[in-house]
Amino acid sequence: MKHLDEYRDPETARRYADAVAEIVTRPWTIMEICGGQTHSIVRHGIDRMLPDGVTLLHGPGCPVCVTPPGMIDAAIAIASRPEVIFCSFGDMLRVPGNDRSLLAAKARGADVRMVYSPVDAVKIAQDNPGREVVFFAIGFETTAPATAMAVLQAQGMGVGNFSLLVSHVLVPPAMEALLSDPANGVQGFLAAGHVCTITGYKDYEPIARCHRIPIVVTGFEPVDLLQGLYMVIRQLEDGRCEVENQYSRSVRPEGNPEARDAVGRVFGVQAQDWRGMGRIEASGLGLSERFAAFDALHRFPMITPGAERASECISGEVLRGARKPSDCPAFAKGCTPEHPLGATMVSSEGACAAYYRYRRPALAATV
Amino acid sequence: MTSGFAFSPSCPVPDVDSECIELAHGAGGLLTHRLIEDIFRPAFAQSPEDLTHDGALVDVPSGQLAFTTDSYVVQPLFFPGGDIGSLAVNGAVNDLAMCGARPVCLSAGFVIEEGFPIRDLRRIAGSMQSAAQAAGVRLVTGDTKVVEHGKGDGVYINTSGIGAVVTPAPVSPAQVRPGDRIIVSGDIGRHGMAIMATRERLGFEPPIVSDCAPVMSPVLRLIEEVIPLHCLRDLTRGGLATALLEIAQTAGVAMLLEQSDIPVSPPVRGACEILGLDPLYVANEGRFAALVPPDAAVAALAVLRDFDPSAAIIGTVEEAGAVGSVALRTLGGSYALDLLACEQLPRIC
Repeated sequence: MKHLDEYRDPETARRYADAVAEIVTRPWTIMEICGGQTHSIVRHGIDRMLPDGVTLLHGPGCPVCVTPPGMIDAAIAIASRPEVIFCSFGDMLRVPGNDRSLLAAKARGADVRMVYSPVDAVKIAQDNPGREVVFFAIGFETTAPATAMAVLQAQGMGVGNFSLLVSHVLVPPAMEALLSDPANGVQGFLAAGHVCTITGYKDYEPIARCHRIPIVVTGFEPVDLLQGLYMVIRQLEDGRCEVENQYSRSVRPEGNPEARDAVGRVFGVQAQDWRGMGRIEASGLGLSERFAAFDALHRFPMITPGAERASECISGEVLRGARKPSDCPAFAKGCTPEHPLGATMVSSEGACAAYYRYRRPALAATV
Repeated sequence: MTSGFAFSPSCPVPDVDSECIELAHGAGGLLTHRLIEDIFRPAFAQSPEDLTHDGALVDVPSGQLAFTTDSYVVQPLFFPGGDIGSLAVNGAVNDLAMCGARPVCLSAGFVIEEGFPIRDLRRIAGSMQSAAQAAGVRLVTGDTKVVEHGKGDGVYINTSGIGAVVTPAPVSPAQVRPGDRIIVSGDIGRHGMAIMATRERLGFEPPIVSDCAPVMSPVLRLIEEVIPLHCLRDLTRGGLATALLEIAQTAGVAMLLEQSDIPVSPPVRGACEILGLDPLYVANEGRFAALVPPDAAVAALAVLRDFDPSAAIIGTVEEAGAVGSVALRTLGGSYALDLLACEQLPRIC
């Protein structure tokens, strides 16, 4: 853990910020993919340590933010059935669907339980043979291996009352989708270190090549982020567009083969709806034919996820990096963590929540 | 081992502790009487009169009294570093200490769920006894109610306490002045993370141990050393950030904290990182903040470090700034802390 302190050392962080200032000759716009990185940047004021011309855009990497509202509605419909115990990661519980959140459904009597791992849900299923236990399988490549392991475990132990509502998403297709929008201003990416710990970074090489854009796999601590930014800007200034690895203490080029193998055995790639970004081809994971019996939507055929309803919330644009949370007229006025209009204000990884917590306009009265 | 029986040279004794609480234990009859005589009186009574009457008669010193009450509903009931019993006693003692008062006596009310193991109740009473002894306070009166199975969470405990104020000047947010230094009595976040790790079986290695402890001794030492204590606040529910925001808002002052000076142990920081929680908002049960004038800060810190070497000066009450605000200085600037809208929930990845 002394290790972690190294990556928070103020002196080292300042040295990297100075190094960035020395090499910058013109404005650059860089997007960090992951919501964890966004929070670290805003919390530690990393963006304020950079020269004026360097702009950071916040990307779509908040797993609960991009889960489509129709899927949350379906989750609530399943959770509200008397025979169901509905298990979810904690962060998902407060995020509203089109109407309300799982936490609101729990307050109305649904048996909704917070778990830390999908394997815990399998255990709950074993302990409650008379109930149907459904796990809300959401998140990026980071959480998919644990979901896959839970399915394999449930299958191996013959746990028949366990199923999944799957809304897993993949990062590289979302990056492609962002870059294919002509209005995007992204010139470089900080790729998400945790995701690449699982997947490696070979999938990013075609993106860097085709779109002529530097991508640096980056960690989450202040020094990680500043070093990652330095590496992206160095490439931009040199006219290079390569995939580099800042987070080499965790990420290997091939990722974690066992985790990838588990995901490959259980899931297949499919088109996926993203909140605020619409449908993106080949950007999600669905249970493969062999494991279809574990699909909660098969088990509860009366429930079908609906579409996303239009709302005044600009979280879709925030997730695409097109607008900043502070650009929203409702920010910190009609929309607060207590009364959120959209997912990005709710989640601990959402950009609006980060801005609310760390960048709210100062209070009026002074001493 | 292949059987549930271990070899023992002594005679087997009927295990009365394998029994469970029944509704009749709360009905005021024979079983209630037996519960008091078997468990509560042996643990708590220091004189033949204690716990024998509808109320307790207590000699109190002249001067101001401090009076506090709190209810404890923690899950799990037993956790690394304590249990609901030690928590309930230390909570009341610490609330009195925060008023600059030496605890005189406590009451304890139990709401027990039908079916609760008597063995666990005995264990809880034992840790209440140890905590009360450590804090030099007597438990003089109490109450027991039993609720039907499924209508409680094992056991809930309420403690109330009376203390004699021993500080020469009042200790309250109204005494806080610009320039005061903010000192924290030790590293933060242990209790909340210990509870979460146990409740959710997160199995951190090494395990995070709660800081649950009485803070009476360090507070009395501060008073003995004639440190002018402007304000004291224990950092329980809502953690350091909530406690300081409450003081800043009551006192109408602005505070500035240095993030790098706030002590967080590596295991707590690591666990918070993994779960996406902010240690500034995580509960403590043996930590407090002391606000003292700048010229007394070094002496106060020296006293507190005698009890816990991680005690630290973490910030200042500002001469100017937004009323009721607590700002945290980080690498690239500072931001205002805020009361949390809702409970912190662990993140996804």
